[in-house]
Amino acid sequence: MLTLEKVKKTFYPGTPNEKRALNGVSLHLEPGEFVTVIGSNGAGKSTLFNAIGGSFWLDSGSIHLDGKNITAWKDYRRAFDIGRVFQDTLKGTAPHMTLEENLALAYTRKAKKSLFAVSRRDREYFRSLLRQLDLGLEDRLKAQVGQLSGGQRQAVSLLMCTIAEPKLLLLDEHTAALDPATAEKVLRITVDLVAAGHITTMMITHDIQAALSIGSRTIMMDDGQIILDISGKEREEMTVEGLLACYSEASKKKLANDRMLLR
Amino acid sequence: MGVLLLRSLQEGFAYAVLAMGVYITFRILNTPDLTADGSFCLGMAVSVTVTVAGHPLLGLLLAVVAGAAAGLVTGLLQTKVGIHPILAGILTMTGLYSVNLFLTGGKSNVSAALAETLFQQWEEALGLTANQSKTLLPLFACAALGTVLSVYFKTRQGLAIRATGDNEDMVRSSSVNADVYKCLGLALGNACVALSGGLVGQSLSFFDAGYGSGMVVIGLASVIIGETIAGRRSVTAGLFSAILGSVVYRMFIALALKVELFPSYGLKLVSALIVALALSLPALKQWLGLRKIKRRERD
Repeated sequence: MLTLEKVKKTFYPGTPNEKRALNGVSLHLEPGEFVTVIGSNGAGKSTLFNAIGGSFWLDSGSIHLDGKNITAWKDYRRAFDIGRVFQDTLKGTAPHMTLEENLALAYTRKAKKSLFAVSRRDREYFRSLLRQLDLGLEDRLKAQVGQLSGGQRQAVSLLMCTIAEPKLLLLDEHTAALDPATAEKVLRITVDLVAAGHITTMMITHDIQAALSIGSRTIMMDDGQIILDISGKEREEMTVEGLLACYSEASKKKLANDRMLLR
Repeated sequence: MGVLLLRSLQEGFAYAVLAMGVYITFRILNTPDLTADGSFCLGMAVSVTVTVAGHPLLGLLLAVVAGAAAGLVTGLLQTKVGIHPILAGILTMTGLYSVNLFLTGGKSNVSAALAETLFQQWEEALGLTANQSKTLLPLFACAALGTVLSVYFKTRQGLAIRATGDNEDMVRSSSVNADVYKCLGLALGNACVALSGGLVGQSLSFFDAGYGSGMVVIGLASVIIGETIAGRRSVTAGLFSAILGSVVYRMFIALALKVELFPSYGLKLVSALIVALALSLPALKQWLGLRKIKRRERD
């Protein structure tokens, strides 16, 4: 479904702030795979998502989605098949527009052509989708999204991504800004939506437990590279302690590098 | 007093079209667009020169087209070249000054006093007086435009323009090319502004190269006054409250001039002050709140 080949990106090249964000990342995802992505801050997880989503052009390497080379596609064109949800709950929705208008805009790419944005048929469809979330949103189609809580907005963002049946879903710590109970609920909604649509998914998380229990594969990033890629039996046998050990090994290496610099 | 009211209505309706254009760019698209000063005058120039040539209705239609083109230029400067929205507007506005003079053959003043304007055509066709046609034609224009725009902003295209002004990231991630809708919104807004210029030009039967300066502020003042009276609600309410705001603004100006509160050349300063005051209200409220807390904590 998704293939990354030796993807490289350096920010601010040739300046003291030079940052090698992606250092030759290669990755292949089968259709329907659910990959959790872990790694310390600055490891390149979000940059990897931005590269796939088209927020910047690569220095080298290529990205294929469903057999098509999308390396030179603009972000909005890639968004036809790639849904993204961010940590910031304000990013995925238009606050001054109503819930049904937000959903209608997200649905535009796959809806039948029509003059008006919200038809009666669409409204019924939106209502049935919102009912599945079980957040009482099906009665608030005319409410401005800015009036919803962060958790509700994030659930709506998820729905807006999946409404268009994307081939790939990128979740960038999308529950990190929510309280534990709401995060749990949004995570459950995520798993349900992904399973219902058989969507190939990548999810960044700092919750190691969740990283191992959700999905079918886990990768760990460090210093712009994938340093661990486990699935199947190996993943089943992996423990939180085991992953944490990988973390500290990675950070130890980093410390050693820093010390070298100081010397 | 009756004359005063009538004049305010006439001007209010004609400039309401401008206010709606400014509402589209400033409020819906949420971008500070300074093209309006130039596109108002562009509408005036096109409308008056074509009227002099004997086609007043065509003049208005061409003014709309020209205004849309001007807005498109600003839009392309913003999106394709990545120039800051304010500077993009200033560049187009500055360029338009020369374009307008090209249109009039280098004359900074053109009179259409001898030509038949659309207002006079209405007088003959409907048996109206000059005052009636000068009230009814602009009223018809802004009512029709307000209705059409209200419907338009409920269509898929209109929704995309609104969403682009509200959260551009969300529009892009919905696989909608936000640049296209930004250009479309700017073209639409400036088409309205130019139509307003065209109406005013034919109503006064003249074009003046410097007439457009300050139009952004006048339009914004109308929008803000309208919102103060009717509140900020839906787009439909916003468009129609811009019409109301424009009329109230003209009444206020006419009254102030009548009681000689300030000389007529003080108009633009007063417009600027109205906008500055209205926009500083939130900060003022916060400052008052802070003062209250300080006083309470001292006791």
